[in-house]
Amino acid sequence: MQYQSQSVAKLYFIGALGLFAGQILFGLVMGLQYVIGDFLFPYLPFNIARMVHTNLLIVWLLFGFMGASYYLVPEESERELHSPMLAIILFWVFLVAGALTILGYLLMPYARLAEITGNAILPTMGREFLEQPTITKLGIVVVVLGFIYNIGMTILQGRKTVVTTVLITGLLGLAVFFLFSFYNPDNLILDKYFWWWVVHLWVEGVWELILGAILAFVLIKTTGVDREIIEKWLYVIIAMTLITGIIGTGHHYFWIGTPEYWQWLGSVFSAMEPIPFFMMTVFAFNMVNKRRREHPNKAAVLWALGTAVMAFLGAGVWGFLHTLSPVNYYTHGTQITAAHGHMAFYGAYVMIVLTIISYAMPLLRGRAAANSEKAQVVEMWGFWLMTVSMVFLTLFLTGAGILQVYLQRATETPLPFMVVQDKIMLFYWLREIAGLVFLVGLVTYLWSFFVGGDEAKAA
Amino acid sequence: MSEVFTKTMARNIYYGGSVFFLLLFFSLTFHTIQALPKRDHRENITEKVINGKHLWENNNCIGCHTLLGEGAYFAPELGNAYKRLGGKEGIIAFIKSRPVNGIPDRRSMPQFNFNDQQLDDIAEFLKWTSEVDTAKWPPNIQG
Repeated sequence: MQYQSQSVAKLYFIGALGLFAGQILFGLVMGLQYVIGDFLFPYLPFNIARMVHTNLLIVWLLFGFMGASYYLVPEESERELHSPMLAIILFWVFLVAGALTILGYLLMPYARLAEITGNAILPTMGREFLEQPTITKLGIVVVVLGFIYNIGMTILQGRKTVVTTVLITGLLGLAVFFLFSFYNPDNLILDKYFWWWVVHLWVEGVWELILGAILAFVLIKTTGVDREIIEKWLYVIIAMTLITGIIGTGHHYFWIGTPEYWQWLGSVFSAMEPIPFFMMTVFAFNMVNKRRREHPNKAAVLWALGTAVMAFLGAGVWGFLHTLSPVNYYTHGTQITAAHGHMAFYGAYVMIVLTIISYAMPLLRGRAAANSEKAQVVEMWGFWLMTVSMVFLTLFLTGAGILQVYLQRATETPLPFMVVQDKIMLFYWLREIAGLVFLVGLVTYLWSFFVGGDEAKAA
Repeated sequence: MSEVFTKTMARNIYYGGSVFFLLLFFSLTFHTIQALPKRDHRENITEKVINGKHLWENNNCIGCHTLLGEGAYFAPELGNAYKRLGGKEGIIAFIKSRPVNGIPDRRSMPQFNFNDQQLDDIAEFLKWTSEVDTAKWPPNIQG
């Protein structure tokens, strides 16, 4: 750690990991509700558990992005953070607002939450991933604006690098597109059309800029490869991301009342969305192969390579699997979507946040370069357990999805939804087991922070 | 990458490409918005349909169901529920009859205790949704 103010990142990373653990616990509850339908009913209905699961994911990833920014921007800009105090205040505001929102989900019926938070004044609730009360959404806007101000001032007053330019572009995009969550017209079709401007343009657009910037930073630090080369790669990757991904939004406009030409546009452009992810994989492996130093933090390098591979598999391959409109006609809104969602989020966003945490945390804790060999071995066990179990979880959901598509949609004698669900129960049990292994991996990973031993030497 | 392809070229592709495709996306959006009224039949969005949408949102129905394929995959697709359940009466009867404590070992929709007017609003909302031109999706009545 070169600048004192980078230390605020630690708070964000710890907060992120705490919420991550909560997300996984609720995921396991939902997995169990898939096989034991009345588990915790009516006290914790599935829709509430799902809301907690997905909202915790979004919030902890945002914490992760913020922590990453607070860590890497001072180092890139070669100056202290504009206001470390603001960063600390915003952390607690965000955490308390988030915690209150989750408690609101759990302690009262959702309709009651909508009522007491005045959803009728500006209705924004009850849409997938955007379930937060309007007041929480306003809080998110305030926190994100304060965060961008803080990061932006630091960047403007310091050395400008491609990494920080790309990062701030991604963060500004994140803020701008979130504003569409306040647009909720009475017409469901318009509502859906612009809902994707938040959801798709985040995860298949601007978030990839943030991902690229963080990955580039960690690769510069751990491989010692010339910054010029890494920055060129970064530009090409994000260029391809936006060139394919913006019109690629069209793959959500096949069946929601939008004109048929989106079937062509969405299919063609989103079929190219795996390209930037594949380039990212090639990029990460190339840079590590050309490394000019042996960085003692082997775990961080493993995470960096892991995120590149898993993002390509989850977002690229599993995305392509169901993105062509004639295929999507059958797979739309089935377990295939769930399979893709799990591995894509894990590979692209969970793993990039864990990459920067793995790289930065030892330094934030005052170590010279890395944790002890012993701690790294435990961390890498966490990496493999979580990653392999996520691969299996995805495969089981894919199996469930293929059968669901066949039995409910493709066969001559389509069966009702619930009948099909009963027939594919085995896959849901297997998914739950994979989820339990993931939890073991997560516990192992968290445990690695408490393993001592002699520090690995800086090379 | 070779020296022939410089960082400046890469940067220009990024800026040029992003701006071009963003503008194209805005143009397509403009066209789509013009084309939508014929497909979504907005002339049929009554006060009841709007109330139904609010009830749909305020009870987080999307947390279990899909609507036009978007949402959660725990419970059946509802874009065509109007047709599958046999019209408004079928929808209303189903929602009304959910047991308070669920069904042993099985998934069950919660009992929301809607009044008759609310039930009718939800049914009207689902009726309107079922009439949107969705390019022949879903493939069959099972959703």
